[in-house]
Parts: sequence; C-alpha cells; structure tokens
Amino acid sequence: MNTGAIIAIYRFEMARWFRTIAQSILTPVLSTSLYFIVFGSAIGSRIEAIDGVPYGAFIVPGLTMLSVLTESVSNASFGIYMPRFSGTIYEVLSAPISSLDMVLGYVGAAATKSFILGLIIMTTARLFVPYSIEHPLWMIVFLLLTCVSFSLLGFSIGLWADGWEKMQIVPALIVTPLAFLGGSFYSIQMLPEPFRTLTLFNPVVYLMSGFRYSFYGQGDLGPTLSLALLAAFGGACLALVLWLLETGYRIRQ
Amino acid sequence: MSRVPILSLASVEKVYKTGHHALKGVSLEVHQGELFALLGPNGAGKTTLIGIVTGLVKKTSGTVLVSGIDIDRDPARARAHVGLVPQELSTDMFETVWDTLCFSRGLFGKPKNPEKLEEILRDLSLYDKKNAKIMTLSGGMKRRVLIAKALCHEPSLLFLDEPTAGVDVELRRDMWKVVDRLRRGGMTIVLTTHYIEEAEQMADRVGVIHGGQIVLVEETSTLMKKLGQKKLFVELEEPLLALPEALASAGVELAAGGLKLIYTYDAKAEKAPLEPILRALDEAKVTLKDLQTKQSSLEEIFLNLLKGTNQS
Repeated sequence: MNTGAIIAIYRFEMARWFRTIAQSILTPVLSTSLYFIVFGSAIGSRIEAIDGVPYGAFIVPGLTMLSVLTESVSNASFGIYMPRFSGTIYEVLSAPISSLDMVLGYVGAAATKSFILGLIIMTTARLFVPYSIEHPLWMIVFLLLTCVSFSLLGFSIGLWADGWEKMQIVPALIVTPLAFLGGSFYSIQMLPEPFRTLTLFNPVVYLMSGFRYSFYGQGDLGPTLSLALLAAFGGACLALVLWLLETGYRIRQ
Repeated sequence: MSRVPILSLASVEKVYKTGHHALKGVSLEVHQGELFALLGPNGAGKTTLIGIVTGLVKKTSGTVLVSGIDIDRDPARARAHVGLVPQELSTDMFETVWDTLCFSRGLFGKPKNPEKLEEILRDLSLYDKKNAKIMTLSGGMKRRVLIAKALCHEPSLLFLDEPTAGVDVELRRDMWKVVDRLRRGGMTIVLTTHYIEEAEQMADRVGVIHGGQIVLVEETSTLMKKLGQKKLFVELEEPLLALPEALASAGVELAAGGLKLIYTYDAKAEKAPLEPILRALDEAKVTLKDLQTKQSSLEEIFLNLLKGTNQS
C-alpha cells in the first residue's frame, strides 16, 4: 500500500474543496435551510406529528440524508472525472499506486466532505427546529456508511462517464428520485398499497429509515436490516469500482 | 556512457480496441545515462510506446523491463523509476507550483524533501515562482513545471513526449537547454520528437519508429556518417552549355542555367572523393566562382528512411 500517495490524493481533494468553500458547503447548507424554513417551520407547523414526532423534526434526518447522498455522489464523481477530463489523471496512473490506494484517496476525501457537510446541516437544522438524537452511535455509523457507499457510487459514475451529460444523468434521473421517494419527507406507512410494497425496492428507504431510527428510536424498518442492506450496497459499489479500475475501463487504453 | 540497459522492450505489440495495430513487435534497449531520441511521424507509435512503459496503456503482448523490473510482475516498483512529461500541458491550473510538486512527490510515496524540490525549481529557473498559481505562468514556465513534477520523485528514466511540439523557436531553444542540463546531470532521457534538429543536436542515439515498427536504432554520429550524403556545389563564372564527358559520367548535374554544378557523393568514402571531379573541372578549363559542400541533415536521412519503408 502506498500510504504517501493516499495522503497526497486525499489532501489534494480536500484542498480543492476548501478552495471552493462557497460552492462546497454554503450552497447545500443554504438549500437545505430553505427546506427547513418552508417544510419545517412554515408548512410543518400545520402538518400533524408522525408517530409522535413533530413534522419539522421528522424531516431533519431525511433532509440531511438527501444532501449527504447527492453531495457524496457529486463530490466523488467530480473528483475522478475532472482529472480524466483535463488529462491530469496521467500522473496518478503512471505513479506506483494500486486501485485500492486510488479508492482510499479519492473516495476517502469525498466521504469526509459529505460527513462534515452532514454534521453542518444537522447543526443548521437545530436553528430552525428542535430535535434530539436518541442513538448517537447509530447516527454516526449510518451517516458514515452512507457517505462512503454513495461516494463509491459517485466514483464509479466518474469512472464510467465519458461526457458531462452522463455525469448528470445518474444523479438526476436515479439518485434524486430515489432519495425523494425514499421517505425523506414522509413515513412509508403513510403510502397506500401497492406503493408501500413497491417502495421497499428502493434502497434509499432503508438508510432513511435506519438514520431516522438513530434520531427518534423508530423507523419504518429495523435498523439492523437497514445497516446490513446499506453495507451490502457499499460492498457492491466497492466491487464495481475496483473492477473498473483493474480493467482500466476508460482510463487505461 | 554505460551500456547497461535501463529500459528493455522485447516484441511489444499493441492492438487497440478499434483494431488499430499501433506497435508491431517493438524491441528496443535504452542505456543508462544516454539521451535517446525516438523519431517518427504522427501516429507512428511513439506515444503508445511511452504509454506502455509508464502504465497509461496496456500492451497486448511482449515484455518491458525498467531497471530490470518486469512491468507486469511488479508495476509499482517499475513505475517508481520512471518520470513522464506528457505532450499536453496537463496540470491543475488552480494550484501553486510548490503544492503541485508536493502532490507529485507524494504520489510516489516519497517522504517530504523541501531541499530537493527547491533544487529542482532552481535548476529549472522556477524558484521565484514557487508560490505562484500555475494558471498565472507563461506557456514555457508551465512546461518547465511539468518537467519539475516529473523529476520530483527522483526518477532514473525520464520520458519527454514531444516537449517542444507547438512551441515557438525561443521556447524550443530554452527547452533544449533544460534537457541538456538534465543529461549532463546523468539522467537517462527518452525524447520523442518529430523535430529532427532536436535529435541531431542533443541525442546520443536515435531510434526511428514508423508504422508501429522500429525501423532503425543507431548512434546519432554513426547514423550521420553511415547514411549522410554530402553535396558539392560549384558556381561557375560563365554558363556551361553542356557537361564535359568526364563530369557527366561521374554523376555531376548541371543546374541554374549552366551556372551551377551539383555533385552528390558519399561522405563515408575512404579516399578523397572530390579529387577526380576537381581534376575533370581543371581539364575542362572551367572557371570557378565559388565552391560549397553541404552535409545532408538528419531530416533528409529520416525522410529517405521513411520513403524506403513505405516502398518495402
């Protein structure tokens, strides 16, 4: 393992994040704050509590996850696609770096950014709506695993895409709809059949449920099942990323 | 110069997914401490060859050894010996010179060494720009930054892929000085170029690649001697209407309306090849105005070689 290279890539990616701090942190924080103001404080006060949790507080885990999901995918995909696009990837490919080193550097940085962002959003949410975290350890585990697994998904998109349009397609057409329909704003118990059963095929439902459990001690599904499925999803993404790197798909001719 | 090979390629083949056969059984050795110029027209396979050695391109078959290390068996250890300066100006424009060098050194797992980086920057006349963002530098400086990046992990073999492609004459001369300094410092350099003048001035040995095949590998001076032809130009005071028989049979041509005689001869000829010509001129009572000889350039040799390969 080339630890020096992992640190170099990690630092480079974090420095890039800090260079564009307004875009990296302020934009997602502002847009999430707007959600909290509109759905939490304004409309939320007129919506009845779900499972005993006021609506404003109910959407905190969902909205945090929504931002973390999209930022993980976006950070990681951009992190690897940009050097491919500009040609600077030659330096990483010609250095003594294994596929796993690359993943640890790039995905590690992307996951760190999303994790920090998630914590900032939760802190910001506290300014608008009161909430508590019943199981902080579960919260950290869910947040971390979501950051890592969706950063891995984003990294694979960045390796696969051969144009800016493709970079947008997967997040816009798959990730965002799944996140919105995954219970960010509602409990799946509120859905009529057959949508309640159909929604169980949406992987985001499990992590939303698990994350909400860590806040309020209740979720649509058990936290262990959620954690197991999230870990399986992360494992599948890791396998995909390593396969893409080992075969040199679109990066080594 | 040592004859120890630092790079060995044996029967290397590359067929791209498109079906393009870029390298056809290339075998080549580059010796430690030499400047090897790889010449070839666009699409000859120069960049593919470099890409294979540096890990950017996957070869179809064959063996590549860098400092005796097989790039298939231990790619990481082999790559640690190699530095690459790509043809394109590919670097993060928002970073500072110093940061980009630290990043490059870090990629090779080398511990921090500010003194070494400072030495490289001073050698490349970049030290006063170490805190400047790359986007603010001139084209020549950006190219030198790429060289600095390739050197900062202290490689033993440096690839310069067309370092002067598309740059102006002044910048090209500047780049030659940089390359010359590196060579004097003992670095093994493989330089690809289609500027023959570059190879002629700097290279210890020249390899010519064409259509994915190495057509020739020779020491530059030997190549010039072996394949170089000389031309004798004789300017006359008065025009000749017809060539005297002795000159015509020796292969002398009449040009410029009879005011110039051109004689092409082999520079490697052992005995004074001009003597019979000068004697024939004297016997023909021709009044000479001026005499000139010209060695054929590597460019002419190169073109002749390519013509030969195309015909075969």
